[in-house]
Amino acid sequence: MIVTGLKHEPMLCTLAAPKGHPITNQLLSELFLLLTAQILPQPSDPELTNGTLVDGSSPASASSTSALLSRLQVEENSEADAAELYASTETRDLFVTVDDPKKHVSTMETYITYRVSTKTTRIEFDLPEYCVRRRYQDFDWLRVKLEETQPTNLIPPLPEKFVMKGVVDRFSEEFVETRMKALDKFLKRVADHPVLSFNPHLNAFLTAKDLNKRQGLALLTKMGESVKHVAGGYKLRARPPEFNAMGEYLDTFSQKLGTIDRIAQRILREQSEYLTELREYASVYSSWAGSEDELQRPLEGVAGCVTTCCGALEDLSENMSQDFLPVLREYVLYTETMKNVLRKRDQSQAEYEGRLEAAVLRRQEDRTPMPLEVEKCQDKMECFNADLKADWERWQCNKRQDFKQLLIGMADKNINYYEKCQTAWESLVTVLQEKQTEDKTSETN
Amino acid sequence: MIMADSGSSEEVAVIGNTDITSTESENNIINTMVERGTSLLKKMEINVAEAEKRTGKNTVNMQETYTVYLIEIRPAESVTEGGTPAAPDTLWRRYSEFELLRTYLLVTYPFIIIPPLPEKRAEFVWHKLSADNLDPDFVERRRVGLENFLLRVASHHVLSNDKIFFLFLTEEKGWREAVLDTGFQDKVDSRLKSVSAMLRVKNPDKRFTALKQYSDELNTVVSQLLRVRARVADRLYGVYKVHGNYGRVFSEWSAIEREMGDGLQSAGHHMDTYAASIDDILEEEEHYADQLKEYLFYTDAVRSVCKKHELMQYELEMASQDLAYKKQQKEELVTGTVRVFSLKGMTSKLFGSETQEQRESRLSAIEQSIEEGVEAVMEKNTECRDFVSAAWEDIERFKEQKDKDLREALISYAIMQISMCKKVWPSTLFRTSFCFQYKH
Repeated sequence: MIVTGLKHEPMLCTLAAPKGHPITNQLLSELFLLLTAQILPQPSDPELTNGTLVDGSSPASASSTSALLSRLQVEENSEADAAELYASTETRDLFVTVDDPKKHVSTMETYITYRVSTKTTRIEFDLPEYCVRRRYQDFDWLRVKLEETQPTNLIPPLPEKFVMKGVVDRFSEEFVETRMKALDKFLKRVADHPVLSFNPHLNAFLTAKDLNKRQGLALLTKMGESVKHVAGGYKLRARPPEFNAMGEYLDTFSQKLGTIDRIAQRILREQSEYLTELREYASVYSSWAGSEDELQRPLEGVAGCVTTCCGALEDLSENMSQDFLPVLREYVLYTETMKNVLRKRDQSQAEYEGRLEAAVLRRQEDRTPMPLEVEKCQDKMECFNADLKADWERWQCNKRQDFKQLLIGMADKNINYYEKCQTAWESLVTVLQEKQTEDKTSETN
Repeated sequence: MIMADSGSSEEVAVIGNTDITSTESENNIINTMVERGTSLLKKMEINVAEAEKRTGKNTVNMQETYTVYLIEIRPAESVTEGGTPAAPDTLWRRYSEFELLRTYLLVTYPFIIIPPLPEKRAEFVWHKLSADNLDPDFVERRRVGLENFLLRVASHHVLSNDKIFFLFLTEEKGWREAVLDTGFQDKVDSRLKSVSAMLRVKNPDKRFTALKQYSDELNTVVSQLLRVRARVADRLYGVYKVHGNYGRVFSEWSAIEREMGDGLQSAGHHMDTYAASIDDILEEEEHYADQLKEYLFYTDAVRSVCKKHELMQYELEMASQDLAYKKQQKEELVTGTVRVFSLKGMTSKLFGSETQEQRESRLSAIEQSIEEGVEAVMEKNTECRDFVSAAWEDIERFKEQKDKDLREALISYAIMQISMCKKVWPSTLFRTSFCFQYKH
């Protein structure tokens, strides 16, 4: 889509709307307003943020400019103009980071805490900066609270809660590092969400010195375990096709992810066995070098190259298990969460349809007006639908970003591995060939 | 790299020439051999051009399938200006004939390290390679090995002048008789002799002892290397092939995606290409393994020379011992003292001493024997010395050849590794195609 600005310079923008989705008037008007905001620079114009542009179908979500921005994301690496355009109207005002893991040993237990740093200009926060320490339990509490208070939204997943004590070392550097990255991602996703980021529990999590958690009976949602089944006698009439499509997509998607995970693990195993043999291979060259004169240096050279390749391979495998696999697994969890939300939406629809039917029947009998509850139910369902669609788009967008990064990252690491090997062998060839010409010239002299 | 006109300054430009393929590198080894300029190679160019399957009846009158190899001989300057090369003289030989030739050479020139033949059966195979002698890849590698063998013999300044070798290259039919006519089988030393020599030699030549030890070490380490290399190849094959599984799942995944679809397809396709590339890579590596194997088999030839020397040394020692014994006997006879126990001496003591005539006849017999003994020792000595000098000359030649060839082999192996790294993840190509096709 090419937009001509006031100065008649074409600016290229890429809309995040998926192919096949109509570019709605809503979207167009949002875009227009954004661009006019750029030309008349008033980034903190209250009118903009109070959603004069949109109709009421998605109340909370679409109103803020940050929601707009997250929908109209810019292609990485390319179109610098567009990047500039959005940078100046960037209204992201909440930045969070999780880092600095520390081990705490008490008489009762040993655990890790992480530093959670916040920087913000939001008025909901008293101070512009915060720094607190949190442990996994606290993140879990936050997630549970978010699920409770924002049932219609997709809450990002946390890394696995339980690890088998014998199998995984909970305090190993790799485990802590991987977990920390996942927690950081979780928090960032919540902070970037236009609705969730305003949740008071998040505020408490980021600011309170001591989290006064009430781990109620209610819901200890165990990540990765399945669903709370929808109880209740309401039957769904017909699920709107877009939600059906979502459901199908999620099923196939999680299946594919599972396959990829299995393949990746198999590759890791094969690589590890290859590495073992490669090490022995290097040592044989070394021992051969011991019984040679002229060939000693070349053989040692080869042994050295092979050893370098071993090191590079180790790095590659480590990368795969620390960066690649965790993201895959996280998306499996994410998919499960999304499926859950879909189910809740179905429940909401079923409830509405049930009440509606009952009301219609009663109306036919005694002409009473449509009861308020039915309207409320309808509202609730429609809100849910809208929120879900918005979250779905956001999720899809994030997913595309994340996987692009992931796959390119994997490619880069592999390229890196081969480059290291190549460099090692090339320098060996140079050394050996030099010696050869030395010999040749001395021979002929 | 080795060039035809040595000493030119152009060679410096060759540093860093990593684009040379391994076959080119092998050709460089062959060029060296041709360079050595034996009179044979000055006259003719030798190739083992083809291989063909034949069936026929063997010695026990059973049908068998075997492979024959076409040997081509061309006069050395056969490519005239702008003309086509002259048609070669050709004949067919099978592996067993090569073996016969080699055995003949081993026996006839025991002081030379005779070049080895390519392996009879495929060994050190990794799982995908077949160990079948009729497998076309095996046959091809054997063809190359046989050509190599002929060139090595042809470039050896002693071996290249052998008549039987010449006939091997030129006489298809009558060759077998000619070889057998030489009666070389009679010269084969018995195993028993060799073993006892090894055990009982008193003054082994230190240089030969060291050489034998080195040869054994080399044999051990190269065997080990070949074994581990085969295991490494196996594992590497596994890694590549498992990546191929990504191809299918990415393709299936791309079907449910819209923006990501093309990018995923491209990634999947790339995985398939990657997985398929391992076959060629490992096939090429077999070349390298063959070069190592040649030197592995060379160690057997080195060992043979050492054993022959041991045998000669032993025979020399035996002859000397024999002579010393006889001299002593004479001394005893002359002085009348019996120092050494002998049955004759004992009986003569018991049954009366001999007459003067008897003594004198015995004395002259012994003196005769001593003369023969002295001659024998001198002969053996000369034989031994000649053997040692001829053998040692060849050993030095071999050492130089080995160092040069193996270094070349290592260089070409490194170059192979480099080309493998380059072709596998054509970095920019994959990355940009993936980015380009991956829309948001």
